[in-house]
Amino acid sequence: MKSKVWLGLLSLALIIALPFGTDLILGRSWVRLLDFALLYAMLALGLNIVVGYAGLLDLGYVAFYAVGAYLYAMLASPHLGMHWPLWALLPMGALVAASFGALLGAPTLGLRGDYLAIVTMGFGEIIRIFLRNLNVTNGPAGIDLIDPIQIGGFSFGANHSLLGWDLPGIYSYYFLFIILTALIILISHRLSDSRIGRAWSAIREDEIAAKSSGLNTRHLKLMAFAMGAAFGGVSGVLFAGFQGFISPESFTMGESIMILCMVVLGGMGHISGVIMGAILLAILPEAFRPLSQFQQATFGHVWLDPANLRMLMFAIALIVVMIIRPEGLWPSPVHRRELHANDSEAGSSQKAAL
Amino acid sequence: MIEATYSSSSALLIAKGIGKRFGGLSALDQVSLSIPSGSIYGLIGPNGAGKTTLFNVLTGIYRADEGTFELDGRSLTHCRSDQICTLGIARTFQNIRLFGNMTAIENVMVGRHVRTHSGILGAILRLPSQRTEEQAMITRAQELLNFVGIGQHANQVARQLPYGDQRRLEIARALATDPKLLALDEPAAGMNDTETATLGRLLQKIKESGVTILLIEHDVKLVMGLCDRVAVLEYGRLIAEGKPANVKNDPRVIAAYLGTEVS
Ligand SMILES: Nc1ncnc2c1ncn2[C@@H]1O[C@H](COP(=O)(O)OP(=O)(O)OP(=O)(O)O)[C@@H](O)[C@H]1O
Ligand SMILES: [Mg+2]
Repeated sequence: MKSKVWLGLLSLALIIALPFGTDLILGRSWVRLLDFALLYAMLALGLNIVVGYAGLLDLGYVAFYAVGAYLYAMLASPHLGMHWPLWALLPMGALVAASFGALLGAPTLGLRGDYLAIVTMGFGEIIRIFLRNLNVTNGPAGIDLIDPIQIGGFSFGANHSLLGWDLPGIYSYYFLFIILTALIILISHRLSDSRIGRAWSAIREDEIAAKSSGLNTRHLKLMAFAMGAAFGGVSGVLFAGFQGFISPESFTMGESIMILCMVVLGGMGHISGVIMGAILLAILPEAFRPLSQFQQATFGHVWLDPANLRMLMFAIALIVVMIIRPEGLWPSPVHRRELHANDSEAGSSQKAAL
Repeated sequence: MIEATYSSSSALLIAKGIGKRFGGLSALDQVSLSIPSGSIYGLIGPNGAGKTTLFNVLTGIYRADEGTFELDGRSLTHCRSDQICTLGIARTFQNIRLFGNMTAIENVMVGRHVRTHSGILGAILRLPSQRTEEQAMITRAQELLNFVGIGQHANQVARQLPYGDQRRLEIARALATDPKLLALDEPAAGMNDTETATLGRLLQKIKESGVTILLIEHDVKLVMGLCDRVAVLEYGRLIAEGKPANVKNDPRVIAAYLGTEVS
């Protein structure tokens, strides 16, 4: 018990020290990267509800990120001349995104696997195309000059200072994002260990048995879509305020796939694994940046554009991991068992026909 | 055609003229049944007779092409699987369908879902009502595991349980839904004589607790010893129905199915 308390305090100290250490050692741009990593962690945790808990492959998840981001951008910027506060927009973002989640989920309820993936991918693109073509979202140009996030009189965009440290906005955002990530972790954890969470697992394991055990699978799937979307909406609101500018190009299908990779690579259904996957994949591209300087220095020419190189490395890493550890780098015990079901078969062919 | 002759007042489940075709094959043809409340009702027949298909119709997995069925006077013909379960029919599967990677007790707790209420908000806020309900679910699930005789395996992963225990776990999960009618599809399949005898006693106990049982079983001894009434299917048709003693002497049944097995 006591060691647990110490461990908690130590982690807390590390989390607080992290941006300062990163700034000192790696530079300021890396603190910004940390902020993005946290946004991705929230997104990945949201998608994890849909994919990891309920077993529904969703390839259009970024649409909910977009809904949250555009909600904030439209209601807190000169674009429509409105400047609503965060405390109103954050829950609104969650709610509106959740409604979109249920709305887009409803027509897909009968679909499974590949079909579900294709339809959700389509929905993701539809949302993006709407954002490109509507006037109220300012079309392809996107929305600029979005208000920085503000709570009470405290502006997260402004510079602050603490004990002689000069703290630019990226620090304040870091702590805000940490708090919200912690909240999302808590919610994810409580959901997984609840009546609804067990029902989601049951649907993932065997939908026919779940139905025959009285589970209203339509209802439960809609709940998973809505809940996952709500997290996406929250992340979107934060993203818009943090970035100050958004356009439809931030919400492409590639982004959806990236978030899915975070979930799968880290370990579907496992909170810690998913967070690790998100942080790894958010930071990895930056780690490749020095490669271009290295090429410039050695060959006098950049042969491989780091942006492309990074996609290549990324793909290779993903393939290798999926071959060696299909359950992800840090899986939950249940998912590990699922993926190794055939290694040591005790209960034989239980999922054959009816 | 044979029709069960019961006054509907004592019948729990009444099926009338059920028909189900797969392409050209008539898997069920004009099947009518009346299962008396509080009984163990046997459903037997050779392989491919349509027994499992009838279960799938009665539990909403297949939609009947013809006919109607009702439970306690309420029509279930057009209900979804989960609604049918809510209204009182629970089942097990011929090829066991557990939530293989969840623990035994979690499997049974999923069965409790339909009789409990806490939702997403309750889970997120860990409301007191949610915590009491969760605790009650655990207690009830453990009781049911004890009842079917696998209480000591509560925290074991379902897939890793021995075969016979998996069958009993499926029964516990079905009982967790508080069914009026428990439909068991070959629960003794793959069990040895001792396990089958234990299962027979378990079914008797379930009956005594007030749950009506519909039992598909190939083990003739078990069926004849246990059932209050038996229906015999062959090629999708009901060819006999009645008390086990009468059914097993019916010449059509002997010809069709029991043959030399019953003397
Ligand atoms: N989904 C399906 N599609 C096509 N044919 C089916 C389907 N389900 C069952 N059948 C056919 O319907 C007939 C009845 O099958 P059913 O499984 O109900 O028999 P059963 O009495 O349960 O047999 P067993 O004792 O072998 O379990 C069989 O000929 C079977 O091949
Ligand atoms: Mg069968």
